[in-house]
Parts: sequence; structure tokens; C-alpha cells
Amino acid sequence: MAKYTKTHEWVTVEGELAIVGITKYAVSQLGEVVFVELPEEGQEVEKGESICNVESTKSASEVFAPVSGIVRSVNEELEDSPELVSEDPENKGWLFKIEMNRQEEVEDLLEEKAYNEITGD
Amino acid sequence: MTIFDKSVEGKIAFSLPEEKSYGFDPESTLSEKYIKKSSTDLPECSELDIVRHYSNLAKINYSVDHGFYPLGSCTMKYNPKINENVASLSGFANLHPLMEEDDIQGALELMFDLQNYLSKITGMDEITLQPAAGAHGELTGMLIVKKYFQSKNEKRKKVLIPDSAHGTNPASAIMAGFDVVELKSDENGILPFETVKNALDKDVAAIMMTNPNTLGLFEKDIVKIARIAHENGTLLYYDGANLNAIMGKIRPGDMGFDIIHLNLHKTFSTPHGMGGPGSGPVGVKKELREFLPVPIVNRNDEKFYFDYDLKNSIGKMRSYYGNFGVLIRAYAYILSMGNDGLKKASELAVLNANYIKCNLREIIPPAFEGVCKHEYVGYPGNLPKEYNVKTLNIAKRMLDYGIHPPTIYFPLIVHEALMIEPTETESKETLDNFIEITKKIVQEAKTDPQIVIDSPHNTYVRKLDEAKASRKPKVRWNKSS
Repeated sequence: MAKYTKTHEWVTVEGELAIVGITKYAVSQLGEVVFVELPEEGQEVEKGESICNVESTKSASEVFAPVSGIVRSVNEELEDSPELVSEDPENKGWLFKIEMNRQEEVEDLLEEKAYNEITGD
Repeated sequence: MTIFDKSVEGKIAFSLPEEKSYGFDPESTLSEKYIKKSSTDLPECSELDIVRHYSNLAKINYSVDHGFYPLGSCTMKYNPKINENVASLSGFANLHPLMEEDDIQGALELMFDLQNYLSKITGMDEITLQPAAGAHGELTGMLIVKKYFQSKNEKRKKVLIPDSAHGTNPASAIMAGFDVVELKSDENGILPFETVKNALDKDVAAIMMTNPNTLGLFEKDIVKIARIAHENGTLLYYDGANLNAIMGKIRPGDMGFDIIHLNLHKTFSTPHGMGGPGSGPVGVKKELREFLPVPIVNRNDEKFYFDYDLKNSIGKMRSYYGNFGVLIRAYAYILSMGNDGLKKASELAVLNANYIKCNLREIIPPAFEGVCKHEYVGYPGNLPKEYNVKTLNIAKRMLDYGIHPPTIYFPLIVHEALMIEPTETESKETLDNFIEITKKIVQEAKTDPQIVIDSPHNTYVRKLDEAKASRKPKVRWNKSS
């Protein structure tokens, strides 16, 4: 089950790894995504820190790390096909995977229902 | 279709005289790498082909000479034709930047006077006319900030910028080597004194502000902010994009700004946005004069001259002396308007924006309450949610009715923003027409949303694939394509 942040990232956990992307709602607000600036593999990130950018025809938006840890992989397909974020944000359009320092941080994230209340869906 | 697509081998528009060598033989004069071996693939067309091609392009163009152009934050005012007449006088038009000072005294006098007029309008002590556009002016300003602290042997890394700022502000600060700290506007759309106070420390080199800000609202805490910034040794930078709201009313220099840039192509009626080069003069208080780019135009008892004697100058920001042709137009505008005219222009710009606001507020509610200045920022109520009609669709539908849409999705802090800046040059009839069209579109959005969503229908090209254009831009023609 995916969890969510107030800043419109989704997270699913696979063992030590947290897979992160931006939500369908975020995409609906951004308009068509035209470029994704991915973080570096091996980069250390703190929860809440801005670590990459998503550019759309409307604007450029920051993506914040939902958990702390080390970036272990990034979705390189997005370099050539940023449209994956628009077309399939919560699956093929994933952004990066973080190896978590503090797994308990996941507990603080929002459940789907709570997130939907924020977005008014 | 581009002119290249109309090319037919062997067609010519002009017969050149028979080729003579003039004693120049490229093969023996130039080194191998400078000699082009492939064809240049220039288009081959007759004179009539060329005339028709460009006349037809001009026909599908849209500009402020064609109709209403309420692009927010851009001040797309009418450019009076007298500006063009003056700029095309042969004494100006036929100058060369390498001419001797003694032979261009008239041009130098014009630049000297323009520096002074802009100083007076903005309350600054010295102006450079060199920067080529607004963002270039911002970079000039930020480099001055950097050099200023270097000269005092102070290391300051941070620049504070409100979240309503133009995107060029953080970009310019970062380009000059600073770190940007974003400050949040409050629930009234302005930057509160307390927020600035809490963010200030000895590492803050400058604060960049726009006043009125991009929400069209006056930053009423500005004098307090300037005071506390100066107490902290921090410089205050003014983005002049919105000067059109305040000419003759209040001056950035009197608000406490240390450095400003202006956009002659916005406020001072010179051609704008692909209609010609821009111009972004930068003004400073006298303490910062020594950091300006060289040369500035000065005068002594005998004549006007280029003054290179600024001991801490950041250097040159542009070849020669700025976009001189644009400076002539701004000069003509200022003189033809006069003090009272400029003041009246700002008053009418503000009145026109508020007229639109009052007439549209039921359907395009304001993002923030209160009297706005020269532009009105609103959003299309419940249309996106209930009818799936977004601001983008409303903007595209306006094209069908023959008007240029306002700025959309800016400022970023307003959801589904529409930013309408009518300028002072539009009549009540034009504003009423815009209001009627907007009302009609909002009505359509409720009764027949699809027609709005699928728009534009009547334009030369239908809805463009903006995403594809950004993802895979094609900026160069090549023969195979």
C-alpha cells in the first residue's frame, strides 16, 4: 500500500527501499511533465529536503524526500521519456529509490484516505 | 511553411555583378578549417516569393497594434509611432558605435539626459543604460551586490526573495553566485515585515523585491523592511517590472531601494517581446556608483564623454553602450509624456486594472482582496473542478474571439491564476469588450464545456502540443526534415 506526503509524493516500501514518485493529484495540477531533474545516486537525503525538480508546461516544482537515507537508484527512463510521469505517475513514472536510515519514518506518512482529504478528492 | 520549403533550385531574387576576386583568395589566405566545403543551403526564391512569404507571416501575426494584449507582468502598452519617427532620424539611425565622441555629441547628450530622467523618475542617483533586458539588469544588480561586499571584505552568501517573485530573480541571484532563501507571502498576498526580520542575519547580502508585487499588490511594509535591511548591512534590490503602476506617485529610491532595474520595453513604450531588443537600465544610490558597469555617459565643461573612471566597476555587461535604438524610443516617450503624462499613465493603468477587477470579480474572483495596482490576479472560480475547464482552456478560447489572453499560471502561488494587465493605453470600449468576451467564455464553460476545452477553433493553427515542443524542441531547420 502506498503512503503519501502533504507535498504530494507517494511512497511504497520494498524491504529497505522506499520507492518515491509524485501523485496523480500532483500531476493533474502540474499539467504535462516535460522534464525531470533526477537526484544523484549515492546522494544522502534528509526527510523533507528538496532533492529534485519536475518541470511541466506550467511551472517547475520541487520534489521533497519523504524519508531520510541514501538515493540508491533513479528512474533513468525519465531522461528520454519524462511523459511517463504524466501518463503513469504512480507506477512507471516513479522517480527514485531511497535506502532508508530510519524505517519508522514511513509510519509518519499519510494513508490514502488522509491524503485524499487534503486534496479534496 | 518556412522560406526554405519554398526554395526552388536556381531561382534568384537579385543578380549580383560578375564575381571579381578583389585580390582575395580564401584558399591561400585562410587556414583550412575556416573554408566551408559544403553548400550553405540558403533558400532560393524570387523577390516576389520572399515578399509574399513575409507579408503572409505578418498577416497571421498578433501584436498590440492588432488588438488588446493584456499580458500580466509584461506591460504590453501601445508604442506610440512618434518613438519610431525619432529613432529613424538619420542622425541617430546611421551612427556607428565606434565613431569618435566628438562626432556623436547629440547621441551622448540623449543618453546623458535619459540617465538623468530615469534617475529622477526612480529616485536613484546614477543609472547605467548598458543591460540589454530586465533579467540582464537583475544580473548586473546582483554582480554589483557581490562586488560591494567583496570591496568591504565581507562574505555574504544569501539573497532573500519572496515566493511571489518573478522566476528571473532567483535565477539571477544564483547566477551571480548567491544562495536563495524563499520568503512566504502572507494571507493578504504581501511580504510581512516580521517574515523579513526573522530571516535576516549577517549572511544576507540582499533582498530582491517587486513593488507592487506580481499579485498587483503594494508591499506596504516596504519602508520598515528597508530600515531593518539597512540596519543589518543588507542591500535592497528593486525589480522594476511593475514600475508602470507607480510613476509620479512614489519612487523606489524613496522607498529605500539601493539598486533597481527598469524595463524600458515595458514601462517606457519601446517594442517588446520579439518586436525588438529590450533594455534594462540599472540604477543605484551614490554609494554604489563606483560598482556600475563602464562606461557611463558623463559631461564636463566642454562636452559629453564616456566615463570609464569607476574604480570598482564590475566591468562591461554588454558590447558598446546598450541597445541604443531602444534608448531613443524611451527618451522620445518620456519627453512626449512629461511629468504629468507619466503620472497620468500610472493612474490610468491602475484604474483600468481595477475596472476589470470590479467587472469580473463574480466569475474570476480575486486571489487576494483589496484594491489592486496595475494588474489583476484572479482564478476561474469553480470551473476547473465542476466543469473541468481550466485556466489554460479559457485562455485558448480567448484566441477564438480575437484577443490575446492574459498571463496564466503565474504567479505560482495562485492556483489556476489569470493575471490581467490592461495598461493605460486601452479605452473603456476595449476593456468592456474584454469583459464581455470573458463572461461569454465562462458561460460557455458551464453550458458547453467541450467547446472551451477543445479551443482554439478559429486560429491559424489549432492547439499546439506544448509538451512535445518542450520535450523535443526543434529549433533548427534541416533539409531532410
